[in-house]
Amino acid sequence: MSQIGADILVDALEREGVEYIFGIPGAVLLPIFDRLASSKVRFILTRHEQGAGHAADGYARASGKVGVCIATSGPGATNLVTAIATANFDSIPMVAFTGQVKTPLIGNDAFQEADMTGITRSITKHNFLVKNVCELAGTIKAAFHLARTGRPGPVLVDLPMDVSMAEYDCEYPARPNLPGYKLNGRGNSRQIKMAADAINSSKRPVLYAGGGVISSDAAAEVYELAVKGGIPVTTTLMGLGAFPETHELSLKMLGMHGTAYANYAIMESDLIIAVGARFDDRITGRLDAFAPEARVIHIDIDPTSISKNIRVDVPVVGDAKGILQAMIPQVAEADRPEWLARVAEWKQRHPLAYKQEGLRPQYVVEQIYEATGGKAVITTEVGQNQMWAAQFYKYTQPRQFISSGGLGTMGYGFPAAIGAQMARPGEVVFDIAGDGSFQMNIQELATAVGYELPVNVAILNNGHLGMVRQWQELFYGRRYSGSILEDANPDFVGVAEAYGAEGLRVTNPGDVRPAIEQAIASPKPYVLDFVVEPEENVFPMVPAGSAINKMIGGMA
Amino acid sequence: MRHVISVTVENKPGVLAHISGLFAARGYSIDSLAVGETEDPAVSRMTIVTRGDDQIIEQITKQLRKLISTLKVQDLSELDYIERDLVLIKVNVPAGKRSEVIEIVNIFRGKIVDVSLREIVIELSGQETKVQALIDLLKPYGIKEMARTGSIAMTRGAKK
Repeated sequence: MSQIGADILVDALEREGVEYIFGIPGAVLLPIFDRLASSKVRFILTRHEQGAGHAADGYARASGKVGVCIATSGPGATNLVTAIATANFDSIPMVAFTGQVKTPLIGNDAFQEADMTGITRSITKHNFLVKNVCELAGTIKAAFHLARTGRPGPVLVDLPMDVSMAEYDCEYPARPNLPGYKLNGRGNSRQIKMAADAINSSKRPVLYAGGGVISSDAAAEVYELAVKGGIPVTTTLMGLGAFPETHELSLKMLGMHGTAYANYAIMESDLIIAVGARFDDRITGRLDAFAPEARVIHIDIDPTSISKNIRVDVPVVGDAKGILQAMIPQVAEADRPEWLARVAEWKQRHPLAYKQEGLRPQYVVEQIYEATGGKAVITTEVGQNQMWAAQFYKYTQPRQFISSGGLGTMGYGFPAAIGAQMARPGEVVFDIAGDGSFQMNIQELATAVGYELPVNVAILNNGHLGMVRQWQELFYGRRYSGSILEDANPDFVGVAEAYGAEGLRVTNPGDVRPAIEQAIASPKPYVLDFVVEPEENVFPMVPAGSAINKMIGGMA
Repeated sequence: MRHVISVTVENKPGVLAHISGLFAARGYSIDSLAVGETEDPAVSRMTIVTRGDDQIIEQITKQLRKLISTLKVQDLSELDYIERDLVLIKVNVPAGKRSEVIEIVNIFRGKIVDVSLREIVIELSGQETKVQALIDLLKPYGIKEMARTGSIAMTRGAKK
């Protein structure tokens, strides 16, 4: 009996080592779902395709593998768009399968038809429309290869229904056919030497590490370089965990809501060693004022990121891990006592701080840190909750902090926590959320309950769209236009229980720690509703258009 | 500054859309874009005339290389190259003016490919500047319609 397209797809997924596929079925996917039922690949039914996409993304970030999701044609596929864009902006390996109407109907405005290759062209690393069942195996192979190699990214495969039903016997190809895709390898040895020389002759170097360090699995090399060369390390939001924040060389996060000491250090540096980071505007602030005395070494796998925003003196294109391995032997051991003393003084004089009266969101994050021993997997939503999660938890491991950095997608954290829990069974997973963000994918409580995932949600409930409110307070005369939620927020505990999860509302600082411990101990999904100070702000803050050493910040 | 970029791409549906989408999304200019098959039927060559400062041109070539379907990207402006633009111009030829127009066409070594009572259609191929010069000379007579391919280009000398 010969195979049909659906068999080829399922077979391909098994060969690629896919454990889970997140999604929702639909009319054009019926042949595929029929075959999926008896496959080794486990299908996880979510309640919105955006939830499926973010779950695949969270799974990918937590495991290092390719996240896989599937949606039906038309509205199912368009519901995936935000999740694909989220993965694209953060360079996350993902393959998204979308059903499509039968090939003769394409372009005819058929029922539930959407031009997904057109719609996702600018938000995917690449996409494919499979028109012939004989191309299917090769396309899937290519899709996974593209997703996980080079600079990772989401790849969309659009599957017309008749292709999934067509009969053919195909061999699964050994190598994908991508003549235009070449991988940048090991970095140019002359550039590497130039970089090492620059480090050796610098007086005030700073290591600036981003998400690329985690994608490249280069945390150990970053650590070795920092310790050998006496170089303080700061990370972007995407790079949290690439260097242990408990180490004395750690400056924690820099940029718009980074620590003051990280911002001062990089602004006063004479050499910036950028690894797997892209000098985004959240980091640089005003470009013409950024690090005026610093030469820049930029190690990145993607040449388009180099010299895009700032002038780079020593570009090194290639895989971070391999480049650092080649570079470290050429870097001299150094103690840098004066520079490190200056940095230590900044750390001492400008720590992160907040007022201790009432129930403060920063306190909640600190208590989560203590209760989990600093070892939990933390996902976040977007806005103030995200910034406090980045500031007040000390990350020590890669793939411990999972957050939508580049796109900043509210509603990301909860489904991502579901995906992360599936990737890391047995570990404690916390989604640090806002009351606005959590409601965007609240329906995924059903997914968490249905698959018995003990994810924990900590809502920093301030009754507002917090970050918007903060900007309105600081720059728009406290006119809270469209940012007030508290009039219509639900009883979050009631909603959790209605879905079959558990929940607890906390209004007292003294109840915070016991509540967290209760959530961790429970085998069910748990929603903690922390009613926090409604007008708390994230500080320090670099206002838009300012240099990053010109922060505003009400410290305690 | 004007740059001529030659891009060889996989000859597959959607590739043209991908490249023009890239230019549109990132706000790069397209003065002209010509595309067609090459000696290898699986490969097409696209010639794009764009403009920008050095930093923009560097980003354009890097972003084009990053696309999965592009095979090779060359900024020809830095090399020795041949460039041709083909134009068909339907020009007004009022009574008594026909020989003037024919003279202009001959000076440019163009061809007349259609003649009617009040119009002629001229065909010319050459460098962009030459084509533009002819258009400018014909404007006073009244250009009724014009179709231009945009530049195609190729490096001189042995294939690199």
